[in-house]
Amino acid sequence: MYFDSLQGLLMMNGHGMYVWSAYLAAIAIIMTLLVVPMRRRARLLQQLAREANGSEDKTVGNARVEQ
Amino acid sequence: MWTFFHKLGSPPWLYAIAGTILRWLVPITLIALVAGMIWGLLFTPPDFRQGDSYRIIYIHVPAAVVALAGYYVMAIAGAISLIWRMKMADVVMRAAAPVGAALTFIALLTGAIWGKPTWGTWWVWDARITSMLILLFLYLGVVALYESFDNKEAAGKACAVLSLVGMVNIPIVYKSVDWWYSLHQPASIKFTGESTIDPSMLYPLLLMIAAFYALFTCCLLMNIRAELLQRESRTQWVKKIASEKGAD
Repeated sequence: MYFDSLQGLLMMNGHGMYVWSAYLAAIAIIMTLLVVPMRRRARLLQQLAREANGSEDKTVGNARVEQ
Repeated sequence: MWTFFHKLGSPPWLYAIAGTILRWLVPITLIALVAGMIWGLLFTPPDFRQGDSYRIIYIHVPAAVVALAGYYVMAIAGAISLIWRMKMADVVMRAAAPVGAALTFIALLTGAIWGKPTWGTWWVWDARITSMLILLFLYLGVVALYESFDNKEAAGKACAVLSLVGMVNIPIVYKSVDWWYSLHQPASIKFTGESTIDPSMLYPLLLMIAAFYALFTCCLLMNIRAELLQRESRTQWVKKIASEKGAD
């Protein structure tokens, strides 16, 4: 490891604020990039599953009416 | 070969194969990103002129490289959807745009943060930086244009045309550091001739570039899967997947 103390790693000889803020911002954006499509897909599947159940119930209801 | 193209046009097949690839690629990408960041932050020597601020290179350059490569993906997919009316190409184009925009934004943001200690300013209207800003607007333009149409077929066409016209910007980004006198340094890594970067800094940088390519692929495939579910929500294969999920 290049730095000999945690302090040195955080400070980076005065450049720490720049380096760490750049890395943290990049990590936050990367995480968002990965999470957004995952959540979108999960939400769609949930919605479709609910719709499928809903329409099944309706056909049952209609069938009763026809009787 | 033709059966491959035939399959590529099939939404359920594309959905399934993307899922299989993602199961492997997402963990590999995350490991490579974490390893590359730790390597770049902890185990590389500081630059003799810039000190430690240069460590931003390990995200700045990969994000910029892949943002440009992503534009090819988007524009080529746009061209295919225009010429051959391939619906899956339209899906790919739409999936690529937000990922490219985010990567371009990372490149610009980290560039600004790097510029402050190195050049003494957050921002200059320099050729490289301005052309990257235009790249960001092109990506965002495609996202916004798609949303602005109610007719999604017309939206796809308009976005394809915009992304193809925007291709003009790509060689300008590449060549801007050679054509104009600029604060931005020219490329350090060259395919022909010797790179002007020490191997101790080159290897973690190459790892990060590979990791960002993998990241782009992951996000692209994930967006494609979500987009496919939405577009095909009335079809049997999607209903089957949804009911299997609902049964869990």
